[in-house]
Amino acid sequence: MKPPPPPSLLTRMRLTEPHSFLVQVGLIAAVAIFVAFIVANLSANLERLNIAVGFGFLQRTAGFDIAQSLIPYPPSATYLRAFLAAFANTVLLAVVSISAATVLGLFIALARMSTNPLLSLVALGYIEAVRNIPLLLQLFFWYFSVLGPLPLPRQSFDLFGLVFLNKRGLSLPAPVAGPGFSVFLFVAAAALLAAWFLFRRARLNRIRSGRSSIALLATAIACIAVPLLHVLLGSPVSWEIPELRGLNLAGGVVVIPEFVAMAIGMTVYGSAFIAELIRGGVMTVGKGQTEAGMALGLSRARIYSKIIIPQVFRAIVPPLTGQYITLLKNSSLAAAIGYPDLMLIVAGTTLNQTGQPVEVMAIAMASYLLLNVLISLGGNVVNKRMQLVER
Amino acid sequence: MRGLISFLRQCVSTPLNIAISLAICLWLGLNLAELTRWAIIDAVWSGASPQACAGVDAACWLFIKERFGQILYGTYPREELWRVVLCGIAGLGLLVVFSLPWRRGKLLAVLATLIVFPVFAGIMLRGGIFGLTVVPTTRWGGMLLTVVIAAWTIATTLPLGLAVALARRSKLPVVAAFAACYIDLMRGLPLVGILFIAIVLFPLFVPPGMDIDALVRTLIAFALFNAANMAEVIRGGIQAVPRGQYEAAMALGLRHWQAMALTIIPQAVRAAMPGIVNVSVAIIKETTIVLIAGMFDFLGVLHSGLIDPAWIIGDQVRETAYFFAGVVFFVVCFGLSRYSARIERKLDVGRQ
Repeated sequence: MKPPPPPSLLTRMRLTEPHSFLVQVGLIAAVAIFVAFIVANLSANLERLNIAVGFGFLQRTAGFDIAQSLIPYPPSATYLRAFLAAFANTVLLAVVSISAATVLGLFIALARMSTNPLLSLVALGYIEAVRNIPLLLQLFFWYFSVLGPLPLPRQSFDLFGLVFLNKRGLSLPAPVAGPGFSVFLFVAAAALLAAWFLFRRARLNRIRSGRSSIALLATAIACIAVPLLHVLLGSPVSWEIPELRGLNLAGGVVVIPEFVAMAIGMTVYGSAFIAELIRGGVMTVGKGQTEAGMALGLSRARIYSKIIIPQVFRAIVPPLTGQYITLLKNSSLAAAIGYPDLMLIVAGTTLNQTGQPVEVMAIAMASYLLLNVLISLGGNVVNKRMQLVER
Repeated sequence: MRGLISFLRQCVSTPLNIAISLAICLWLGLNLAELTRWAIIDAVWSGASPQACAGVDAACWLFIKERFGQILYGTYPREELWRVVLCGIAGLGLLVVFSLPWRRGKLLAVLATLIVFPVFAGIMLRGGIFGLTVVPTTRWGGMLLTVVIAAWTIATTLPLGLAVALARRSKLPVVAAFAACYIDLMRGLPLVGILFIAIVLFPLFVPPGMDIDALVRTLIAFALFNAANMAEVIRGGIQAVPRGQYEAAMALGLRHWQAMALTIIPQAVRAAMPGIVNVSVAIIKETTIVLIAGMFDFLGVLHSGLIDPAWIIGDQVRETAYFFAGVVFFVVCFGLSRYSARIERKLDVGRQ
């Protein structure tokens, strides 16, 4: 028997039925007319108002300073460089707060599911309070009420004399590359590669023989631990610790207070939503799963690591990806407290100075879309690896 | 009573639980005592001038009292306030009437109100016809502005979101593709960005000489942005309705749109209710973002009041303002989600 021929494009687009044809072609025409109307208005307005067109401004000198930049940002930097610095700031803020919110959210979820009802109630109170108060108000609170009244550098709060918190921000020890750093990097990379191979080997061995090979695992861990200890003990990377010189702290990395407030605010806000997601994920795993594990004689740790957690992960990866995207979008509220992110630097300062709203907004919005697509792609990859392999 | 006893018993079930419970009780006790002292006992409730709060390490309710008019209405002209009050009473009255248990023609009445009331409120608040003096939207502020934006956005995103959700589920590929593009685009952009576009770019999109009010542009941005979120929630509701429902409606001889309107959509909206409430709560919280666009809503009035030189007397004023705003938002948002949870339980009971 021959399979039926695949339906033609016209049939698949349902353009062969008169009613569907009219509706769809009509919709395309309406959207096209609408877009043409806007483009015509736009070009007429741009000409009338004498607004320059094109992306040439990116090569011009920006002439404004950015309070925090991960890339070199000299006074003569161009708008393009300002955009890249702002982009990096947004990414930094998103990465830090998304990771911190996930960890904090996990702890809140554990507290919420605790057998101690009082602890569970406190976690519930935290979740409801955080979720029902606008993020903007929370950011104001962290920035103006918590970080604002902090003392001057002379009276900084410090943690073991390594980390300092004051009005000017957070000072952290900074790594400084010493002699032989490049050689060290090379060796460390080789050690990491070796560790990966050893882990793989140990896993294959276990699958084949059913026994885990302690020697292989120990060597693998040593391959990671030795370079790490090396760095922490200060060679060939030495740690520059902030210290008080005159009225100010010198040395180390200074994180501006705007970043600290944004990171804390977004972490707290995100953690409440993530905690609820995790709790929902755990709820979907039936009690029978634990009982089946016990019937097989598995230990409690095994039941969690091999049965419960993989299933929870599978259930929460898609909504978690959505939550990460929401957090990234929320980072645009940074404009309200003056953290130099994409929104403030591009849609704010750059737009005001160049007076080219169309191009500037296009760059800013395209950047957010790009970051969103990256997060959802990452989510999809993880989701695929997590999916049940069904026969 | 029995619930309380088992709760307490659970608190002390193991040595570890006893320790945790004790620590939490201690921590909660200390904090509640401090909060009571700060917010009630030592707080300044009245006084002749801001100086009454100076040097007091406790809430300064005087600040809220002095600014209460602004917190409610912004800079709306005092002699025209009756118009705001009238709209508020009419809106509240309608809400009460619609939450009463009557059924005949309720749907039609609700739909009519959704069209008539915004027109009425718009005319009353802005004026310009029927001999009412014009109050430009730049003078709207405070709670009034927050309520206008939130109510408008929730009321418009429901039908818009439903339309987009139906389009997204359409069997016509072009329609579904347009809807999907719209949803993905709107959900991929931050609201602040959409607001910037509405403020900066929108005037360039309309014919020269056409001047659209900044508040109207903001309202359009809010409606378009949230319609995408609402559409996704309603789409989930539509997918939760079993296929058999549609087939049964067809078997009864209903046409496609009749089946959708009478069978699928009511069940879909009911299934999507928790999500709809979540989006509504998010909208209420989002209204605060208009501060970035230079409008002074409830939070904006409180926040901008802090730079008044007369009130720069210490951190307690700021703390009081944020505390007050936080409590108001919490009561509204938490109350809304609790209320909807109760309605849901009631509906569930009715179905069993």
